[in-house]
Amino acid sequence: MTGFATLFTKELLRFWKVAFQTVGGPVLSALLFLVIFAQVLGERVRVFGEVPYTEFLVPGLVMMSVLQNAFANSSSSLIQSKVTGNLVFVLVAPISPFEFFSAYVLASVARGLMVGLGVLAVTVWFVELRVAAPWWALGFALLGAALAGVLGLLAGLWAEKFDQIAAFQSFLVVPLTLLSGVFYSIQSLPERWQAASRLNPFFYMIDGFRYGFFGAADVAPAASLAFVAVSLALVSALTLWLLKKGYKLRT
Amino acid sequence: MTLAVRQGEFFGLLGPNGAGKTTLINIVAGLARASAGSVAVLGADVVADYRRARRMLGVVPQELVFDPFFTVRETLRLQSGYFGIRGNDAWIDEVMHHLDLDAKAQANMRSLSGGMKRRVLVAQALVHKPPVIVLDEPTAGVDVELRQGLWQFVRRLNRDGHTIVLTTHYLEEAEAHCQRIAMLKAGRIVALDTTQNLLASFTGPHPADLEDVFLQLMRKH
Repeated sequence: MTGFATLFTKELLRFWKVAFQTVGGPVLSALLFLVIFAQVLGERVRVFGEVPYTEFLVPGLVMMSVLQNAFANSSSSLIQSKVTGNLVFVLVAPISPFEFFSAYVLASVARGLMVGLGVLAVTVWFVELRVAAPWWALGFALLGAALAGVLGLLAGLWAEKFDQIAAFQSFLVVPLTLLSGVFYSIQSLPERWQAASRLNPFFYMIDGFRYGFFGAADVAPAASLAFVAVSLALVSALTLWLLKKGYKLRT
Repeated sequence: MTLAVRQGEFFGLLGPNGAGKTTLINIVAGLARASAGSVAVLGADVVADYRRARRMLGVVPQELVFDPFFTVRETLRLQSGYFGIRGNDAWIDEVMHHLDLDAKAQANMRSLSGGMKRRVLVAQALVHKPPVIVLDEPTAGVDVELRQGLWQFVRRLNRDGHTIVLTTHYLEEAEAHCQRIAMLKAGRIVALDTTQNLLASFTGPHPADLEDVFLQLMRKH
């Protein structure tokens, strides 16, 4: 247990020591998105019939930041330790694959939530936000951050170089989160793109999280939550199996 | 290969580059998986009973690796925690003192010289007081002062009952410290005996040192 607690603490310290970059930077990015889109569309567009666009946008931006940062935390930490070689200090210790997994994923969840709260804190100045079903929002934030953290861990295990992680982020995570309905309800899309959106796992996390605020969503929240939970269970099982095998960690 | 290091001995693992010394150490430490066979540390199998095996083992890796986010003291506290030890400052202070690291306790790892980083690596391997200590070329690129200080400390640990396994390319160091030596070539043991017997085995015109024995054996096999 102490091994897990120490690795978890180390992972927290790792991003907290550079919080200006790991928390402050993403909060600023989200704020810029909000300011720009609110300026252009704020008064003109309404979603779900009655929700002003700026208000609609905030939960999406919060969740997008949660997901992107949870992914960034585990993936960048693991690839850094692998490339610089200091992962050896953890690998020679009596830490089980499950402890290793939990420490990395929970630290990712912590960073994701911290950035999410930061985004929420700066955006509430711009909109009066309703919170119709807070437990749904919290459930989606936790499960979504965990899923993104596990995916980051998986990417960190697979990658051997920094640019592979950067590619993973630029060509997969960023497009999937941007196209997940952060900036629009998928009901405003043509039929074909609606169907495509339903294949994007990030869509369910954003849509479900938004339900927590407006009590309205494109998909029933229970179905979205089940989708996220099953995905989390499947990717976790795969990652734990790879960790147990020592995939790309122990030669 | 079949090899048994006795408890409490100072054992040398010698061989040319690529002989398999580091691979062997990596298998013992759990950093690499053996394709066949088994390895145990004081009776604990390094795969089946890895937690117990790793608790009894302290490895000083060959590469100068460090985590740039932390100070020396933080690094040693974290390493203690990985081994399940909290409140280890008294022992950390003692290890830092013996390795002449006291003045650098609050320094960030990034700011240390190569020699100082090497000392921290040794300290990290010792935080959990392992009965078996593996030193993989601990003096590569290290100045005379640190070499002497390091050997003094390692010999003391050996006198206190710690088993030491050493790999080095400086054969005079192995000759000075090791009681028994295994010489490896291409993954096989070509000689395994006490340092004295190995020196006596040399057939040549002049009194031998370990370097002569090493070269003779490597040419023969």
